[in-house]
Amino acid sequence: MAFRGAVITFPGSNCDRDMAVALEKVSGEPAIRVWHGDADLPEGVDFIAIPGGFSYGDYLRCGAIASRSPIMRAVIAAAGRGVPVLGVCNGFQVLTESELLPGALMRNAQLTFTCRTVPLTVENSQSLFTAGYEAGQTINIPVAHHDGNYFADTQTLDRLEGEGRVAFRYADEVNGSQRSIAGILNQAGNVLGMMPHPERAIEPELGGSDGRALFESAIKGLVDS
Amino acid sequence: MKVRVYVSLKPGVLDPQGRAVHHALEGLGFAGVDDVRVGRFIEMDVADDTTDEALDDMCRKLLANMVIENYRIEKLETA
Repeated sequence: MAFRGAVITFPGSNCDRDMAVALEKVSGEPAIRVWHGDADLPEGVDFIAIPGGFSYGDYLRCGAIASRSPIMRAVIAAAGRGVPVLGVCNGFQVLTESELLPGALMRNAQLTFTCRTVPLTVENSQSLFTAGYEAGQTINIPVAHHDGNYFADTQTLDRLEGEGRVAFRYADEVNGSQRSIAGILNQAGNVLGMMPHPERAIEPELGGSDGRALFESAIKGLVDS
Repeated sequence: MKVRVYVSLKPGVLDPQGRAVHHALEGLGFAGVDDVRVGRFIEMDVADDTTDEALDDMCRKLLANMVIENYRIEKLETA
């Protein structure tokens, strides 16, 4: 089965090309580019990536307007059918605003835009996206965000932890996130949102390749299924 | 009809922006400011027959993020 990955572009997305390159390099198949105003996803898409950037200029709230765009109705429907959806950085914000993932991303506690490579702890190595890692493993992935401070109420946080839905945690303090959460899964395990950028760490030439296993896991999981 | 929507962070949600503003006020020598919360103010011109239900819907579906924010609607009837 040939892998058909799609990358959504909103006005203001700026990591969409990096995401498309990462999908192509790892899968060997060209990524399909999808515009935010489209009402439908291309036929047979089996992986959807929502990239980083500043969709709609981050007006109102980060990811809020993008989450109500025409294409997101199709993405939400696809996620409901079990199609894997990966949201990175602004993509994570779009996923929480869409209510595909719980919680919200607030302004970084220290108020500064943080752009550096940070260590993450892999918390869950059983998901489609994280099967290529070992639980407890530390990986180094770049972050670049102003609003990555994950917030959810205590009950939601307890549920995420109890259900093994915390995929990645910051090994060091980065942005004030509740329980140092860097990435979470939905209940079905087919939607992952994370602030760090795995697509910026897929080969040594980029300064690191710890993000590659995420794409490899997801693509292998799909092609094998 | 003019409608004003005030969106504010829920009590208990840390407001780093408010904290920075608070700190700046202190730096300017203003004493006695206990806390600062920064919110958002949205003014809309809507048809006079817009229902309260529709306004609530706008707030819940887009203008406020109900995970972290509350909203308050103020209607200014134009005579």
